[in-house]
Amino acid sequence: MENERKLTIARAMAEATAQEMRIDPRVFVMGEDIADLGGVFGNTRGLAEEFGKERVRDTPISETGFIGAAVGAAQDGMRPVVELMFVDFFGVCFDAIYNLMAKNTYFSGGKFNVPMVLMTSTGGGYSDAGQHSQCLYGSFAHLPGMKVVSPSNAYDAKGLMTAAIRDPNPVIYMYHKGLQGMGWLGTEKGAIVHVPEEAYEVEIGKAKIAREGRDVTIVSIAQGVHHGLKAAKVLAEQGISAEVVDLRSLVPLDRDTIRASVAKTGRLIVVDEDYHSFGVSGEIIATVTESNLADLKAPPRRIAYPDVPIPFARVMEQHCLPNADKIVATARALCQAPILA
Amino acid sequence: MTPPKDTLAWMYEKMVASRHFEEEIETIYMEGKTPVFNMANGPIPGEMHLSNGQEPVAVGVCAHLNPEDVVTATHRPHHQAIAKGVNLKKMAAEIFGKATGLSGGRGGHMHIFDADVNFACSGIIAQGMGPAAGAALSRKLQGKPGVAISFIGEGAANQGAFHETLNLAAVWKLPMVIVIEDNAWGISVAKETSTAIQCNADRAAAYGIPGHYIPGNDPLKIYEVAGEAIERARNGEGPTLIEIETYRLAGHFMGDAEGYRPEGEKDALFAKDPIPNLRQLLVAEHGFADAELDAIEAKARGEVDEAIAFARQSPDPKPEDALTAVFA
Repeated sequence: MENERKLTIARAMAEATAQEMRIDPRVFVMGEDIADLGGVFGNTRGLAEEFGKERVRDTPISETGFIGAAVGAAQDGMRPVVELMFVDFFGVCFDAIYNLMAKNTYFSGGKFNVPMVLMTSTGGGYSDAGQHSQCLYGSFAHLPGMKVVSPSNAYDAKGLMTAAIRDPNPVIYMYHKGLQGMGWLGTEKGAIVHVPEEAYEVEIGKAKIAREGRDVTIVSIAQGVHHGLKAAKVLAEQGISAEVVDLRSLVPLDRDTIRASVAKTGRLIVVDEDYHSFGVSGEIIATVTESNLADLKAPPRRIAYPDVPIPFARVMEQHCLPNADKIVATARALCQAPILA
Repeated sequence: MTPPKDTLAWMYEKMVASRHFEEEIETIYMEGKTPVFNMANGPIPGEMHLSNGQEPVAVGVCAHLNPEDVVTATHRPHHQAIAKGVNLKKMAAEIFGKATGLSGGRGGHMHIFDADVNFACSGIIAQGMGPAAGAALSRKLQGKPGVAISFIGEGAANQGAFHETLNLAAVWKLPMVIVIEDNAWGISVAKETSTAIQCNADRAAAYGIPGHYIPGNDPLKIYEVAGEAIERARNGEGPTLIEIETYRLAGHFMGDAEGYRPEGEKDALFAKDPIPNLRQLLVAEHGFADAELDAIEAKARGEVDEAIAFARQSPDPKPEDALTAVFA
């Protein structure tokens, strides 16, 4: 195991993209700072050197223009992989995303496909404040016509990227900045895992049991999975067996895996770094309560970002973010174990 | 550059077809909507933006296009679709919301998509431009022939997408032509009220590309200027911006009382109706006989009538088909 090759999510994304570019001339990459710089978050590093700046092209700071262009290129038979540097920037280009990219397949009765990948960074925790720290999972997953994925580790990152590029539909590929393995953003060691050299797919729409347990189900995605795993470790020491479900995809949502886990444990905690209300956490809870109410031994709970803009000051942001301590306390309350001080 | 005679005949035919199509739609649209106008009623519900008067733009540009060339159109797309060769029967059926429509009734009149002739729409102002640039980029990257035309209105020239895409097309030297239909009105807001300069074609200078303004809603002049721009694009010399004065003979949409128009404006526009004007010109200067033009008109009208009848007779979609075709 010591000699196993481990990659960061950034490297895994770039490797998957490069492998697809080698076998499929339709694949090209565009976005801001993705060529010479290799992406602000490292996920296109090495591509311009290997494939040149026609296929790996820096764009002007014109998200409406180049995401709209990706839609047109995809409809014309190409497979664009496009970067929206921060998901927070969706405000300047959402028409191209949800009115064009996500609707043209439907509006054309399936005659035009829009096979494109929109990579975008999510998440905070490093004091970048509320225009560069959001997750917005629910905002994208809410709107029909686009798949939405977000990996928690490099193995899934590569497999999901390969699957996304090969998918005939638009895929929003959300990568969490805290998991990228860029030193300057902090490093979540749990995201750096073994990644096979050869190309492989991780099925879009399939969740994974990241840790098995009996007493409580912790459902999350991306960074939240690591909070869940850390909490599960602590809980285990306290006699509570937590199961951690890594959604990996939000659209399609693997409702079966969520329901099966809750059927086993009877308790549900959703951890979501996106805003609390009207979002992913509510959807997961509805998934269970609509069909499996009798499975629940306790009301489901959610640990999500409160409904406030993300503040700059470290203590304020950290107060709002989900973390392992909050999950441990919630799990203990659900399992009616006294909460330790 | 005068079009060859068969092109002139084609242009006239498509203008007549487009006008007849709109007039038929106009009549049928009102079925079930009187005495009380409710957009949701009748065989053609929803908004309806007619292109009467704007036909010269569509034919002058599309006369130079092949099926492989890409067109992105607007919320007012019928004349552009007809000139690009979109399947008329399926388009009519789509506008009626029928199962036999281009997209089985999912899109309707503002979302006309025909993959066979590379025609796509967006009902959002200026948002066809990005996809047109992308199609042009696709051809450039693949070394495949074809240019992309983005039709927009003069109101779209104040949208961010217009400026972003012009810059993108220019900096990447894309095989693309942006065609502004200046019908003087953004719904009820006059061009001079919304636009800081008189001529949007001047904005081409900001992106270092050629810009042309064509006054007079003149199909032959449009043909000439568009031909040069398309040739330029095909030769890899980059994009061109063309603004064309045209006439919106109808309201912004059906039901528009047009109280904002100055008195006499519409009468003046109808007096300059491009279709009788072109007919006159074809006889006077291009050697067409009246009988020849009558035959062209009859053919154009016949095809439209056939398409409308097809749409009328076609079945509604299955309601539950609304849940399909979201994904490929």
